[in-house]
Amino acid sequence: MAATMSCELASRQSGFTGVWRGTPGRSNFSAMHFAPLGDRALLITLGHTIDDSTRRTVQAALQRLDGADIPGITELVPAFASIAVHYDPAVLAEHAAAPPYTRLVSSLEGALADLADDDLPPARLVEIPVCYGGDLGPDLGDVAARHELSADEVIALHTAAEYRVHMIGFMPGFAYLGGLPEAIVTPRRDTPRTAVPAGSVGIGGAQTGIYPLVSPGGWHLIGRTPLRMFDVSRKPAALLATGDRVRFRRVGEDEFHALAS
Amino acid sequence: MTLRIVTPGLFTTVQDLGRVGYQREGVPAGGAMDRLALRVGNLLVGNDEGDAALETTLLGPAIGFDEETLIAVTGADSGVTVDGHPVAPYHPALVRAGATLHCSREIRGCRTYVAIAGGVDVPPVFGSRSTYVRAGFGGCDGRALRAGDVLPLGEPGALSQRIARSLRADGQTLRVAAWSAARALRARRADRAVVRLIPGAHLERLDADSRARLFEAEFRVSASSDRMGYRLDGVELALREPLELLSEAVVFGTMQLPPDGHPIILMADRQTTGGYPRLGEVASVDLPVVAQARPGDVLRFRAISLEEAQHAYLLRHAELAQARVAISLTGI
Repeated sequence: MAATMSCELASRQSGFTGVWRGTPGRSNFSAMHFAPLGDRALLITLGHTIDDSTRRTVQAALQRLDGADIPGITELVPAFASIAVHYDPAVLAEHAAAPPYTRLVSSLEGALADLADDDLPPARLVEIPVCYGGDLGPDLGDVAARHELSADEVIALHTAAEYRVHMIGFMPGFAYLGGLPEAIVTPRRDTPRTAVPAGSVGIGGAQTGIYPLVSPGGWHLIGRTPLRMFDVSRKPAALLATGDRVRFRRVGEDEFHALAS
Repeated sequence: MTLRIVTPGLFTTVQDLGRVGYQREGVPAGGAMDRLALRVGNLLVGNDEGDAALETTLLGPAIGFDEETLIAVTGADSGVTVDGHPVAPYHPALVRAGATLHCSREIRGCRTYVAIAGGVDVPPVFGSRSTYVRAGFGGCDGRALRAGDVLPLGEPGALSQRIARSLRADGQTLRVAAWSAARALRARRADRAVVRLIPGAHLERLDADSRARLFEAEFRVSASSDRMGYRLDGVELALREPLELLSEAVVFGTMQLPPDGHPIILMADRQTTGGYPRLGEVASVDLPVVAQARPGDVLRFRAISLEEAQHAYLLRHAELAQARVAISLTGI
Protein backbone atom coordinates (compact mmCIF):
# COMPACT_ATOMS: atom_id res chain seq x y z
CA MET A 1 0.00 0.00 0.00
CA ALA A 2 1.51 3.24 -1.12
CA ALA A 3 -0.69 5.48 1.02
CA THR A 4 1.46 8.14 2.60
CA MET A 5 -0.07 7.93 6.02
CA SER A 6 0.70 4.28 6.55
CA CYS A 7 4.39 4.88 5.88
CA GLU A 8 5.30 5.84 9.41
CA LEU A 9 3.61 2.77 10.78
CA ALA A 10 5.03 0.57 8.04
CA SER A 11 8.59 1.67 8.61
CA ARG A 12 8.22 1.18 12.35
CA GLN A 13 6.97 -2.35 12.30
CA SER A 14 6.35 -3.46 8.72
CA GLY A 15 2.66 -2.81 9.15
CA PHE A 16 2.37 -5.69 11.60
CA THR A 17 1.73 -5.04 15.21
CA GLY A 18 0.14 -6.34 18.38
CA VAL A 19 2.04 -9.59 18.77
CA TRP A 20 0.17 -11.94 21.02
CA ARG A 21 2.24 -13.91 23.47
CA GLY A 22 1.84 -17.68 23.28
CA THR A 23 0.04 -18.13 26.58
CA PRO A 24 -1.48 -21.61 26.93
CA GLY A 25 -5.23 -21.60 26.41
CA ARG A 26 -5.03 -18.76 23.95
CA SER A 27 -5.28 -19.15 20.22
CA ASN A 28 -2.28 -19.29 17.93
CA PHE A 29 -2.93 -15.71 16.94
CA SER A 30 0.31 -13.97 16.16
CA ALA A 31 -0.17 -10.63 14.42
CA MET A 32 -2.69 -8.07 13.29
CA HIS A 33 -2.30 -5.95 10.23
CA PHE A 34 -3.84 -2.54 9.53
CA ALA A 35 -4.45 -1.17 6.04
CA PRO A 36 -6.59 1.65 4.63
CA LEU A 37 -9.90 0.67 3.04
CA GLY A 38 -10.50 3.94 1.23
CA ASP A 39 -10.45 7.30 3.02
CA ARG A 40 -13.20 6.56 5.55
CA ALA A 41 -12.49 2.99 6.62
CA LEU A 42 -9.61 0.71 7.46
CA LEU A 43 -9.25 -3.04 7.61
CA ILE A 44 -7.77 -4.97 10.54
CA THR A 45 -6.63 -8.39 9.33
CA LEU A 46 -6.44 -10.95 12.12
CA GLY A 47 -5.76 -14.16 10.21
CA HIS A 48 -5.70 -15.82 6.81
CA THR A 49 -7.80 -18.95 7.22
CA ILE A 50 -11.39 -19.89 8.01
CA ASP A 51 -11.13 -21.72 11.32
CA ASP A 52 -12.38 -21.62 14.87
CA SER A 53 -9.40 -19.90 16.38
CA THR A 54 -9.44 -17.08 13.79
CA ARG A 55 -13.17 -16.66 14.33
CA ARG A 56 -12.67 -16.41 18.09
CA THR A 57 -9.96 -13.81 17.59
CA VAL A 58 -12.25 -11.75 15.34
CA GLN A 59 -15.10 -12.03 17.84
CA ALA A 60 -12.87 -11.08 20.76
CA ALA A 61 -11.52 -8.06 18.87
CA LEU A 62 -15.04 -7.02 17.86
CA GLN A 63 -16.25 -7.32 21.45
CA ARG A 64 -13.30 -5.24 22.60
CA LEU A 65 -13.90 -2.51 20.00
CA ASP A 66 -17.67 -2.47 20.59
CA GLY A 67 -16.89 -1.71 24.23
CA ALA A 68 -14.13 0.81 23.56
CA ASP A 69 -15.19 4.42 23.16
CA ILE A 70 -12.93 5.48 20.29
CA PRO A 71 -14.00 8.83 18.81
CA GLY A 72 -14.72 8.92 15.08
CA ILE A 73 -15.63 5.23 14.63
CA THR A 74 -19.02 4.90 12.93
CA GLU A 75 -19.34 1.16 12.25
CA LEU A 76 -17.51 -2.15 12.64
CA VAL A 77 -17.96 -4.91 10.05
CA PRO A 78 -16.45 -8.31 10.91
CA ALA A 79 -15.74 -11.06 8.36
CA PHE A 80 -13.95 -14.45 8.42
CA ALA A 81 -10.58 -13.09 9.48
CA SER A 82 -10.89 -9.31 9.52
CA ILE A 83 -12.79 -6.33 10.87
CA ALA A 84 -13.51 -3.21 8.83
CA VAL A 85 -13.54 -0.04 10.91
CA HIS A 86 -15.57 2.78 9.35
CA TYR A 87 -14.71 6.25 10.61
CA ASP A 88 -15.25 9.92 10.01
CA PRO A 89 -11.91 11.60 9.20
CA ALA A 90 -13.39 14.98 10.20
CA VAL A 91 -13.90 13.83 13.81
CA LEU A 92 -10.38 12.39 13.97
CA ALA A 93 -8.88 15.54 12.46
CA GLU A 94 -10.17 17.72 15.31
CA HIS A 95 -7.51 18.96 17.76
CA ALA A 96 -4.99 16.44 16.47
CA ALA A 97 -1.50 16.76 15.12
CA ALA A 98 -1.44 13.25 13.63
CA PRO A 99 -3.35 12.46 10.41
CA PRO A 100 -6.74 10.71 10.95
CA TYR A 101 -5.56 7.25 9.81
CA THR A 102 -2.43 7.22 11.97
CA ARG A 103 -4.36 8.50 14.96
CA LEU A 104 -7.06 5.85 14.61
CA VAL A 105 -4.56 3.01 14.14
CA SER A 106 -2.79 3.92 17.37
CA SER A 107 -6.15 4.08 19.24
CA LEU A 108 -7.05 0.65 17.84
CA GLU A 109 -3.67 -0.80 18.79
CA GLY A 110 -4.23 0.44 22.33
CA ALA A 111 -7.75 -0.97 22.51
CA LEU A 112 -6.66 -4.35 21.14
CA ALA A 113 -3.54 -4.79 23.28
CA ASP A 114 -3.32 -8.15 25.06
CA LEU A 115 -6.33 -9.47 23.20
CA ALA A 116 -7.62 -12.75 24.61
CA ASP A 117 -10.61 -14.83 23.61
CA ASP A 118 -11.22 -16.13 27.16
CA ASP A 119 -14.17 -13.90 27.93
CA LEU A 120 -16.32 -14.58 24.87
CA PRO A 121 -19.87 -15.54 25.85
CA PRO A 122 -20.66 -19.25 25.40
CA ALA A 123 -21.91 -20.09 21.90
CA ARG A 124 -25.63 -20.63 21.33
CA LEU A 125 -26.85 -23.82 19.72
CA VAL A 126 -29.51 -23.10 17.08
CA GLU A 127 -31.54 -25.92 15.60
CA ILE A 128 -32.83 -25.45 12.05
CA PRO A 129 -35.71 -27.69 10.96
CA VAL A 130 -35.35 -28.69 7.30
CA CYS A 131 -37.66 -30.55 4.95
CA TYR A 132 -35.24 -32.33 2.58
CA GLY A 133 -35.79 -33.27 -1.04
CA GLY A 134 -38.89 -33.06 -3.22
CA ASP A 135 -39.96 -29.64 -4.49
CA LEU A 136 -38.33 -28.01 -1.46
CA GLY A 137 -34.91 -29.53 -2.20
CA PRO A 138 -34.81 -30.20 -5.94
CA ASP A 139 -31.06 -30.95 -6.10
CA LEU A 140 -30.96 -33.59 -3.34
CA GLY A 141 -31.03 -36.42 -5.88
CA ASP A 142 -28.19 -34.87 -7.93
CA VAL A 143 -26.01 -34.41 -4.85
CA ALA A 144 -26.67 -38.02 -3.78
CA ALA A 145 -25.93 -39.40 -7.27
CA ARG A 146 -22.71 -37.40 -7.55
CA HIS A 147 -21.38 -39.00 -4.34
CA GLU A 148 -22.93 -42.44 -5.02
CA LEU A 149 -25.01 -42.10 -1.88
CA SER A 150 -28.73 -42.50 -1.27
CA ALA A 151 -30.79 -39.38 -0.54
CA ASP A 152 -31.26 -40.64 3.03
CA GLU A 153 -27.50 -40.97 3.46
CA VAL A 154 -26.96 -37.36 2.34
CA ILE A 155 -29.63 -36.21 4.79
CA ALA A 156 -28.09 -38.31 7.58
CA LEU A 157 -24.66 -36.77 6.94
CA HIS A 158 -26.08 -33.24 6.72
CA THR A 159 -28.05 -33.56 9.99
CA ALA A 160 -25.33 -35.42 11.93
CA ALA A 161 -22.75 -32.65 11.70
CA GLU A 162 -22.54 -29.61 13.94
CA TYR A 163 -21.83 -26.38 12.07
CA ARG A 164 -20.42 -23.06 13.12
CA VAL A 165 -21.34 -19.57 11.85
CA HIS A 166 -18.04 -18.06 10.67
CA MET A 167 -19.48 -14.81 9.40
CA ILE A 168 -22.62 -13.01 8.27
CA GLY A 169 -22.49 -11.26 4.91
CA PHE A 170 -23.30 -11.38 1.19
CA MET A 171 -26.98 -10.61 1.86
CA PRO A 172 -29.09 -9.69 4.89
CA GLY A 173 -28.86 -12.48 7.44
CA PHE A 174 -26.79 -14.87 5.30
CA ALA A 175 -24.61 -17.09 7.55
CA TYR A 176 -21.45 -18.74 6.22
CA LEU A 177 -21.42 -22.15 7.92
CA GLY A 178 -18.30 -24.24 8.37
CA GLY A 179 -18.36 -27.95 9.15
CA LEU A 180 -19.88 -29.63 6.09
CA PRO A 181 -18.87 -33.34 6.03
CA GLU A 182 -16.25 -34.03 3.35
CA ALA A 183 -18.45 -36.77 1.85
CA ILE A 184 -21.05 -34.27 0.61
CA VAL A 185 -18.80 -31.40 -0.48
CA THR A 186 -20.21 -30.55 -3.93
CA PRO A 187 -19.00 -27.94 -6.46
CA ARG A 188 -21.52 -25.23 -7.34
CA ARG A 189 -24.04 -25.73 -10.13
CA ASP A 190 -22.83 -24.89 -13.63
CA THR A 191 -25.83 -22.65 -14.18
CA PRO A 192 -26.97 -20.53 -11.23
CA ARG A 193 -30.70 -20.19 -10.63
CA THR A 194 -32.10 -16.72 -11.12
CA ALA A 195 -34.40 -16.96 -8.10
CA VAL A 196 -33.75 -19.27 -5.16
CA PRO A 197 -36.69 -19.26 -2.69
CA ALA A 198 -36.14 -17.87 0.83
CA GLY A 199 -35.33 -20.59 3.35
CA SER A 200 -33.61 -22.83 0.79
CA VAL A 201 -30.81 -24.92 2.29
CA GLY A 202 -27.92 -25.37 -0.10
CA ILE A 203 -24.48 -26.86 -0.56
CA GLY A 204 -21.86 -24.82 -2.45
CA GLY A 205 -18.39 -26.33 -2.41
CA ALA A 206 -17.36 -26.98 1.20
CA GLN A 207 -20.03 -24.65 2.50
CA THR A 208 -23.63 -25.12 3.44
CA GLY A 209 -26.09 -22.36 4.20
CA ILE A 210 -29.61 -21.04 4.10
CA TYR A 211 -30.82 -18.34 1.71
CA PRO A 212 -32.57 -15.77 3.96
CA LEU A 213 -34.27 -13.99 1.05
CA VAL A 214 -35.20 -14.77 -2.53
CA SER A 215 -32.03 -14.30 -4.55
CA PRO A 216 -30.06 -15.64 -7.48
CA GLY A 217 -27.83 -18.52 -6.42
CA GLY A 218 -25.54 -21.27 -7.66
CA TRP A 219 -25.70 -23.69 -4.75
CA HIS A 220 -27.32 -27.14 -4.85
CA LEU A 221 -30.65 -26.92 -3.03
CA ILE A 222 -31.22 -29.95 -0.84
CA GLY A 223 -34.09 -28.75 1.34
CA ARG A 224 -35.91 -25.81 2.87
CA THR A 225 -36.46 -24.48 6.37
CA PRO A 226 -39.76 -22.91 7.45
CA LEU A 227 -37.88 -20.51 9.76
CA ARG A 228 -37.52 -16.88 8.77
CA MET A 229 -33.76 -16.45 8.69
CA PHE A 230 -34.12 -12.69 8.28
CA ASP A 231 -37.10 -10.69 9.50
CA VAL A 232 -37.11 -6.90 9.29
CA SER A 233 -39.59 -6.65 12.18
CA ARG A 234 -37.42 -8.78 14.52
CA LYS A 235 -34.54 -7.63 16.73
CA PRO A 236 -31.99 -8.73 15.74
CA ALA A 237 -33.38 -9.27 12.26
CA ALA A 238 -30.92 -12.07 11.47
CA LEU A 239 -31.70 -15.41 13.14
CA LEU A 240 -28.04 -16.48 13.17
CA ALA A 241 -25.02 -14.59 14.48
CA THR A 242 -21.29 -15.17 14.13
CA GLY A 243 -20.13 -17.85 16.56
CA ASP A 244 -23.47 -19.69 16.78
CA ARG A 245 -23.42 -23.50 16.68
CA VAL A 246 -25.95 -24.84 14.20
CA ARG A 247 -27.62 -28.22 13.73
CA PHE A 248 -30.12 -29.23 11.07
CA ARG A 249 -33.11 -31.40 12.03
CA ARG A 250 -35.04 -33.38 9.42
CA VAL A 251 -38.78 -32.65 9.37
CA GLY A 252 -41.55 -34.00 7.14
CA GLU A 253 -43.67 -31.86 4.86
CA ASP A 254 -46.52 -31.72 7.40
CA GLU A 255 -44.27 -30.34 10.12
CA PHE A 256 -42.67 -27.96 7.59
CA HIS A 257 -46.05 -26.46 6.73
CA ALA A 258 -47.16 -26.40 10.37
CA LEU A 259 -43.98 -24.51 11.34
CA ALA A 260 -44.24 -22.21 8.32
CA SER A 261 -47.75 -21.06 9.11
CA MET B 1 -48.33 17.30 4.38
CA THR B 2 -47.90 14.93 1.48
CA LEU B 3 -46.73 14.79 -2.10
CA ARG B 4 -48.26 12.76 -4.92
CA ILE B 5 -46.42 10.79 -7.58
CA VAL B 6 -48.21 11.59 -10.85
CA THR B 7 -45.82 9.62 -13.07
CA PRO B 8 -42.95 7.71 -11.48
CA GLY B 9 -40.18 8.17 -14.05
CA LEU B 10 -37.79 5.31 -14.78
CA PHE B 11 -36.68 4.41 -11.24
CA THR B 12 -37.44 6.95 -8.52
CA THR B 13 -36.82 5.99 -4.89
CA VAL B 14 -36.79 7.51 -1.41
CA GLN B 15 -33.17 7.79 -0.16
CA ASP B 16 -31.31 9.31 2.76
CA LEU B 17 -27.71 8.78 3.92
CA GLY B 18 -28.29 5.04 4.37
CA ARG B 19 -28.00 2.51 7.19
CA VAL B 20 -25.24 2.69 9.76
CA GLY B 21 -24.46 -0.19 12.09
CA TYR B 22 -26.29 -3.09 10.43
CA GLN B 23 -23.70 -4.35 7.96
CA ARG B 24 -22.64 -6.94 10.54
CA GLU B 25 -26.10 -8.48 10.04
CA GLY B 26 -25.52 -8.49 6.30
CA VAL B 27 -27.75 -5.44 5.75
CA PRO B 28 -26.31 -3.20 3.01
CA ALA B 29 -25.65 0.43 3.87
CA GLY B 30 -27.63 1.71 0.86
CA GLY B 31 -28.72 5.36 0.73
CA ALA B 32 -28.34 8.09 -1.87
CA MET B 33 -25.89 7.40 -4.70
CA ASP B 34 -24.86 11.08 -4.90
CA ARG B 35 -24.54 11.88 -1.19
CA LEU B 36 -23.32 15.42 -1.87
CA ALA B 37 -26.40 16.28 -3.96
CA LEU B 38 -28.66 14.87 -1.23
CA ARG B 39 -26.90 16.83 1.52
CA VAL B 40 -26.89 20.10 -0.43
CA GLY B 41 -30.54 19.71 -1.44
CA ASN B 42 -31.52 19.22 2.17
CA LEU B 43 -29.46 22.21 3.32
CA LEU B 44 -31.13 24.44 0.69
CA VAL B 45 -34.61 23.70 2.10
CA GLY B 46 -33.52 24.06 5.74
CA ASN B 47 -33.53 20.31 6.51
CA ASP B 48 -30.98 18.16 8.27
CA GLU B 49 -28.44 16.96 5.69
CA GLY B 50 -29.51 13.36 6.19
CA ASP B 51 -33.27 13.78 5.68
CA ALA B 52 -34.93 11.57 3.07
CA ALA B 53 -35.48 12.94 -0.44
CA LEU B 54 -36.36 11.54 -3.85
CA GLU B 55 -33.64 10.11 -6.10
CA THR B 56 -34.49 9.85 -9.79
CA THR B 57 -32.72 7.75 -12.43
CA LEU B 58 -32.33 9.10 -15.99
CA LEU B 59 -36.02 9.84 -16.56
CA GLY B 60 -37.53 11.82 -13.70
CA PRO B 61 -41.04 11.75 -12.23
CA ALA B 62 -43.96 14.17 -12.23
CA ILE B 63 -44.90 15.21 -8.69
CA GLY B 64 -48.07 16.90 -7.48
CA PHE B 65 -48.05 19.23 -4.48
CA ASP B 66 -51.36 19.65 -2.68
CA GLU B 67 -50.01 22.32 -0.35
CA GLU B 68 -47.45 25.07 -0.66
CA THR B 69 -44.07 23.27 -0.50
CA LEU B 70 -40.44 24.36 -0.32
CA ILE B 71 -38.20 22.23 -2.55
CA ALA B 72 -34.70 22.17 -4.04
CA VAL B 73 -33.53 20.22 -7.07
CA THR B 74 -29.91 19.04 -7.03
CA GLY B 75 -27.66 16.49 -8.74
CA ALA B 76 -28.10 15.92 -12.46
CA ASP B 77 -29.91 18.74 -14.28
CA SER B 78 -33.23 17.22 -15.39
CA GLY B 79 -34.69 20.45 -16.79
CA VAL B 80 -37.23 20.59 -13.96
CA THR B 81 -40.26 22.85 -14.36
CA VAL B 82 -43.29 23.62 -12.19
CA ASP B 83 -46.38 24.28 -14.27
CA GLY B 84 -44.08 25.35 -17.10
CA HIS B 85 -41.82 27.63 -15.04
CA PRO B 86 -38.17 26.47 -14.84
CA VAL B 87 -36.77 25.55 -11.43
CA ALA B 88 -33.08 26.46 -11.44
CA PRO B 89 -31.02 23.59 -9.99
CA TYR B 90 -29.41 24.21 -6.59
CA HIS B 91 -31.82 27.05 -5.73
CA PRO B 92 -34.54 26.77 -3.06
CA ALA B 93 -37.96 27.15 -4.69
CA LEU B 94 -41.41 27.66 -3.18
CA VAL B 95 -44.11 25.74 -5.07
CA ARG B 96 -47.74 26.85 -4.81
CA ALA B 97 -50.44 24.43 -3.67
CA GLY B 98 -51.93 22.51 -6.60
CA ALA B 99 -48.87 22.85 -8.84
CA THR B 100 -47.15 19.92 -10.59
CA LEU B 101 -43.42 19.38 -11.05
CA HIS B 102 -42.20 17.86 -14.32
CA CYS B 103 -38.80 16.64 -15.51
CA SER B 104 -37.75 17.02 -19.14
CA ARG B 105 -36.64 14.00 -21.17
CA GLU B 106 -33.14 15.46 -21.31
CA ILE B 107 -30.90 14.89 -18.33
CA ARG B 108 -27.26 15.94 -17.88
CA GLY B 109 -25.99 13.18 -15.61
CA CYS B 110 -27.86 10.24 -14.15
CA ARG B 111 -29.57 11.10 -10.87
CA THR B 112 -31.55 14.14 -9.79
CA TYR B 113 -32.54 14.75 -6.16
CA VAL B 114 -35.73 16.49 -5.14
CA ALA B 115 -35.39 17.60 -1.53
CA ILE B 116 -38.52 18.75 0.26
CA ALA B 117 -38.78 20.86 3.43
CA GLY B 118 -39.50 18.50 6.32
CA GLY B 119 -38.13 15.51 4.41
CA VAL B 120 -40.00 12.45 3.15
CA ASP B 121 -41.38 10.91 6.33
CA VAL B 122 -41.78 7.21 5.55
CA PRO B 123 -41.10 4.87 8.50
CA PRO B 124 -37.37 4.21 9.09
CA VAL B 125 -36.16 0.60 8.74
CA PHE B 126 -32.84 -0.17 10.46
CA GLY B 127 -32.49 3.53 11.22
CA SER B 128 -32.92 4.76 7.64
CA ARG B 129 -35.67 5.68 5.19
CA SER B 130 -33.61 4.52 2.21
CA THR B 131 -35.27 2.15 -0.23
CA TYR B 132 -33.51 -1.20 -0.60
CA VAL B 133 -35.29 -2.85 -3.50
CA ARG B 134 -33.41 -6.18 -3.48
CA ALA B 135 -34.69 -7.14 -0.04
CA GLY B 136 -37.87 -5.06 -0.37
CA PHE B 137 -37.60 -2.81 2.67
CA GLY B 138 -37.25 0.89 3.40
CA GLY B 139 -38.67 3.89 1.54
CA CYS B 140 -42.11 3.28 0.07
CA ASP B 141 -42.76 -0.44 0.78
CA GLY B 142 -39.22 -1.30 -0.29
CA ARG B 143 -39.87 -0.50 -3.95
CA ALA B 144 -39.48 2.18 -6.59
CA LEU B 145 -42.28 4.76 -6.62
CA ARG B 146 -45.40 4.23 -8.74
CA ALA B 147 -48.05 6.56 -10.11
CA GLY B 148 -50.57 7.33 -7.39
CA ASP B 149 -48.18 6.91 -4.45
CA VAL B 150 -48.77 9.51 -1.75
CA LEU B 151 -45.72 10.17 0.41
CA PRO B 152 -45.97 11.72 3.88
CA LEU B 153 -43.73 14.74 4.53
CA GLY B 154 -42.24 15.76 7.87
CA GLU B 155 -43.12 19.01 9.60
CA PRO B 156 -40.87 21.76 8.16
CA GLY B 157 -38.57 23.14 10.86
CA ALA B 158 -38.07 26.79 11.83
CA LEU B 159 -35.33 27.35 9.24
CA SER B 160 -37.43 25.81 6.43
CA GLN B 161 -40.29 28.13 7.42
CA ARG B 162 -38.01 31.18 7.35
CA ILE B 163 -36.69 30.24 3.90
CA ALA B 164 -40.27 29.71 2.66
CA ARG B 165 -41.38 33.05 4.15
CA SER B 166 -38.50 34.84 2.38
CA LEU B 167 -39.85 33.50 -0.94
CA ARG B 168 -43.57 33.89 -0.44
CA ALA B 169 -45.34 36.18 -2.92
CA ASP B 170 -49.08 36.26 -3.57
CA GLY B 171 -50.43 34.56 -6.63
CA GLN B 172 -47.17 33.14 -7.98
CA THR B 173 -46.96 29.49 -8.99
CA LEU B 174 -43.27 29.34 -8.26
CA ARG B 175 -40.74 31.54 -6.52
CA VAL B 176 -37.10 30.58 -7.01
CA ALA B 177 -34.58 32.07 -4.58
CA ALA B 178 -31.99 34.52 -5.86
CA TRP B 179 -29.31 32.61 -3.93
CA SER B 180 -28.01 29.13 -4.52
CA ALA B 181 -25.40 26.56 -3.49
CA ALA B 182 -21.75 27.41 -4.19
CA ARG B 183 -20.29 25.99 -7.40
CA ALA B 184 -17.91 23.71 -5.46
CA LEU B 185 -20.91 21.86 -4.01
CA ARG B 186 -22.68 21.25 -7.33
CA ALA B 187 -22.64 18.14 -9.49
CA ARG B 188 -19.76 17.90 -11.96
CA ARG B 189 -19.91 16.48 -15.45
CA ALA B 190 -19.35 12.72 -15.20
CA ASP B 191 -18.66 11.76 -18.82
CA ARG B 192 -14.88 11.80 -19.48
CA ALA B 193 -14.26 12.63 -15.81
CA VAL B 194 -11.06 11.65 -14.05
CA VAL B 195 -11.85 9.67 -10.90
CA ARG B 196 -9.24 9.45 -8.16
CA LEU B 197 -8.52 6.01 -6.76
CA ILE B 198 -6.77 5.24 -3.47
CA PRO B 199 -4.58 2.18 -4.18
CA GLY B 200 -6.10 -0.95 -2.65
CA ALA B 201 -4.85 -4.17 -1.12
CA HIS B 202 -4.34 -6.08 -4.38
CA LEU B 203 -3.35 -3.36 -6.86
CA GLU B 204 0.24 -4.65 -6.77
CA ARG B 205 -1.03 -8.08 -7.85
CA LEU B 206 -2.01 -6.78 -11.31
CA ASP B 207 0.42 -7.61 -14.07
CA ALA B 208 2.54 -4.64 -15.18
CA ASP B 209 0.50 -4.01 -18.34
CA SER B 210 -2.78 -4.03 -16.48
CA ARG B 211 -1.45 -1.67 -13.84
CA ALA B 212 -0.46 0.83 -16.48
CA ARG B 213 -3.79 0.43 -18.29
CA LEU B 214 -5.80 1.05 -15.10
CA PHE B 215 -4.40 4.57 -14.88
CA GLU B 216 -4.16 5.34 -18.60
CA ALA B 217 -7.03 3.67 -20.41
CA GLU B 218 -10.61 4.86 -20.83
CA PHE B 219 -13.26 2.72 -19.18
CA ARG B 220 -16.88 2.70 -20.29
CA VAL B 221 -19.74 2.37 -17.79
CA SER B 222 -21.60 -0.75 -18.91
CA ALA B 223 -25.34 -1.05 -19.35
CA SER B 224 -25.48 -3.57 -16.49
CA SER B 225 -24.67 -0.90 -13.92
CA ASP B 226 -27.06 -0.04 -11.13
CA ARG B 227 -27.28 1.18 -7.54
CA MET B 228 -25.34 -1.91 -6.46
CA GLY B 229 -22.32 -1.45 -8.68
CA TYR B 230 -20.86 -0.12 -11.93
CA ARG B 231 -19.33 -2.63 -14.30
CA LEU B 232 -16.59 -1.09 -16.43
CA ASP B 233 -16.03 -2.20 -20.02
CA GLY B 234 -13.46 -1.47 -22.65
CA VAL B 235 -10.32 -2.66 -20.91
CA GLU B 236 -9.48 -6.07 -19.47
CA LEU B 237 -7.19 -6.25 -16.47
CA ALA B 238 -5.34 -9.35 -15.33
CA LEU B 239 -3.57 -10.44 -12.17
CA ARG B 240 -0.04 -11.86 -12.32
CA GLU B 241 -1.47 -15.04 -10.81
CA PRO B 242 -4.90 -16.00 -9.46
CA LEU B 243 -5.59 -14.99 -5.86
CA GLU B 244 -7.61 -17.02 -3.37
CA LEU B 245 -9.09 -14.55 -0.94
CA LEU B 246 -11.33 -14.74 2.08
CA SER B 247 -14.44 -12.58 1.86
CA GLU B 248 -14.03 -9.34 3.75
CA ALA B 249 -15.86 -6.05 4.09
CA VAL B 250 -16.11 -3.75 1.08
CA VAL B 251 -17.05 -0.05 1.02
CA PHE B 252 -18.83 2.51 -1.17
CA GLY B 253 -16.32 3.00 -4.00
CA THR B 254 -14.35 -0.26 -3.72
CA MET B 255 -13.05 -1.24 -7.17
CA GLN B 256 -12.92 -5.01 -7.34
CA LEU B 257 -11.71 -7.27 -10.11
CA PRO B 258 -13.78 -10.37 -10.89
CA PRO B 259 -12.20 -13.21 -12.90
CA ASP B 260 -13.52 -11.85 -16.23
CA GLY B 261 -11.07 -8.93 -15.95
CA HIS B 262 -13.68 -6.15 -16.04
CA PRO B 263 -13.49 -4.06 -12.85
CA ILE B 264 -16.59 -3.24 -10.83
CA ILE B 265 -17.02 -0.14 -8.65
CA LEU B 266 -19.25 -1.01 -5.71
CA MET B 267 -21.91 1.62 -5.07
CA ALA B 268 -24.59 2.43 -2.46
CA ASP B 269 -26.52 -0.88 -2.53
CA ARG B 270 -23.39 -3.09 -2.59
CA GLN B 271 -23.32 -6.30 -0.60
CA THR B 272 -21.62 -5.96 2.77
CA THR B 273 -18.71 -8.28 1.93
CA GLY B 274 -16.85 -9.42 -1.16
CA GLY B 275 -14.20 -11.94 -2.09
CA TYR B 276 -12.73 -10.50 -5.31
CA PRO B 277 -9.35 -8.75 -5.38
CA ARG B 278 -9.60 -5.06 -4.41
CA LEU B 279 -7.70 -2.73 -6.73
CA GLY B 280 -8.58 0.42 -4.83
CA GLU B 281 -11.24 2.65 -3.37
CA VAL B 282 -12.59 5.77 -5.09
CA ALA B 283 -11.81 8.92 -3.09
CA SER B 284 -14.98 9.90 -1.19
CA VAL B 285 -15.10 13.33 -2.82
CA ASP B 286 -15.22 11.70 -6.28
CA LEU B 287 -18.07 9.28 -5.51
CA PRO B 288 -20.72 11.83 -6.58
CA VAL B 289 -19.03 12.01 -10.00
CA VAL B 290 -19.24 8.23 -10.40
CA ALA B 291 -22.85 8.27 -9.15
CA GLN B 292 -23.73 10.70 -11.95
CA ALA B 293 -22.09 8.59 -14.69
CA ARG B 294 -24.56 6.86 -16.98
CA PRO B 295 -24.21 3.74 -19.09
CA GLY B 296 -21.91 4.56 -22.00
CA ASP B 297 -20.06 7.35 -20.19
CA VAL B 298 -16.28 7.18 -20.13
CA LEU B 299 -14.28 7.30 -16.89
CA ARG B 300 -10.53 7.49 -16.37
CA PHE B 301 -8.68 6.82 -13.13
CA ARG B 302 -5.78 8.49 -11.41
CA ALA B 303 -4.04 7.33 -8.23
CA ILE B 304 -4.37 9.50 -5.14
CA SER B 305 -2.74 8.99 -1.76
CA LEU B 306 -4.83 8.42 1.34
CA GLU B 307 -3.49 11.70 2.73
CA GLU B 308 -4.60 13.71 -0.32
CA ALA B 309 -7.99 12.00 -0.40
CA GLN B 310 -8.63 12.80 3.27
CA HIS B 311 -7.45 16.36 2.74
CA ALA B 312 -10.01 16.74 -0.05
CA TYR B 313 -12.66 15.16 2.17
CA LEU B 314 -11.93 17.64 4.99
CA LEU B 315 -12.12 20.56 2.54
CA ARG B 316 -15.51 19.35 1.30
CA HIS B 317 -16.60 18.92 4.91
CA ALA B 318 -15.64 22.55 5.62
CA GLU B 319 -17.45 23.82 2.50
CA LEU B 320 -20.63 22.05 3.60
CA ALA B 321 -20.27 23.50 7.11
CA GLN B 322 -19.90 26.97 5.57
CA ALA B 323 -23.02 26.50 3.47
CA ARG B 324 -24.93 25.31 6.53
CA VAL B 325 -23.98 28.45 8.46
CA ALA B 326 -24.77 30.80 5.56
CA ILE B 327 -28.19 29.23 4.97
CA SER B 328 -29.02 29.26 8.69
CA LEU B 329 -28.90 33.08 8.57
CA THR B 330 -31.74 33.27 6.00
CA GLY B 331 -34.67 35.39 7.07
CA ILE B 332 -33.17 36.50 10.38
